[in-house]
Amino acid sequence: MKRRASRREFLLAAGGAAAGMGLASIIAVEPARATPATMQEAIRKTVGSARVNAGKVKLELPPLSENGHAVPLTVSVESPMTEADHVKAVHVFTEKNPQPEVVTFRLGPRAGRARVATRIRLADTQTVVTICELSDGSFWSDRAAVVVTLAACIEEA
Amino acid sequence: MANALVNVPARARRGEVIEIKTLISHAMETGYRRTQLGAPIPRDIIRLFVCAYNGTEVFRAELHPAIAANPFIAFSTVATESGTLTFHWSGDNGFSMTESAAIVVG
Repeated sequence: MKRRASRREFLLAAGGAAAGMGLASIIAVEPARATPATMQEAIRKTVGSARVNAGKVKLELPPLSENGHAVPLTVSVESPMTEADHVKAVHVFTEKNPQPEVVTFRLGPRAGRARVATRIRLADTQTVVTICELSDGSFWSDRAAVVVTLAACIEEA
Repeated sequence: MANALVNVPARARRGEVIEIKTLISHAMETGYRRTQLGAPIPRDIIRLFVCAYNGTEVFRAELHPAIAANPFIAFSTVATESGTLTFHWSGDNGFSMTESAAIVVG
């Protein structure tokens, strides 16, 4: 009786440890998936050594997209859009498309409002990042996760 | 030949921010696809879109293969004076397309 109980205890403990290890490995893997190297490289190439801050810019994408061939994307930036303080550029990057760059919009004080929209392709469920460059040389970013059911880009014609 | 659609308000008040929407028919072939026989399909995309207001550039977009087929681009500009807005798309294989719209500002 005593032996059986200890065996059950052992199995419980072993199962718990295995589950814990599984969870730990998922947590350890997560940041690497969210920031693949190629996208980081492309972002570095664009911003140089400048610091990228969070905030000011808002990236709007549907959280779930049934068709990755045309996903509506809107980027808006809080900016007065004056000669002294305006948005110079808005860049969009993806982490799992064949190439990380998506689009670069270049605007200026004559835009009046910092809001641009287009439709993009997404090859997989992934995170999309936008980086905006202000006239004072600072960079601001936002990101959005999109679940894609039908992937674009790499299918056969 | 490609078909382009631009949506610009016909008239606006001076200083008003107007929204411009553009759409152009183009396959935007990514260059990452293959035929069923495995032969790669070469890239054929629009790479650049420029909007000029009475000859002065006010907006530009640099496109990559991740832009959906039939690129749609929406942006805004300040209605400064009456005149013409010209839109120019250019890309691979010598692609070039120009469209214009008149605006009355008063």
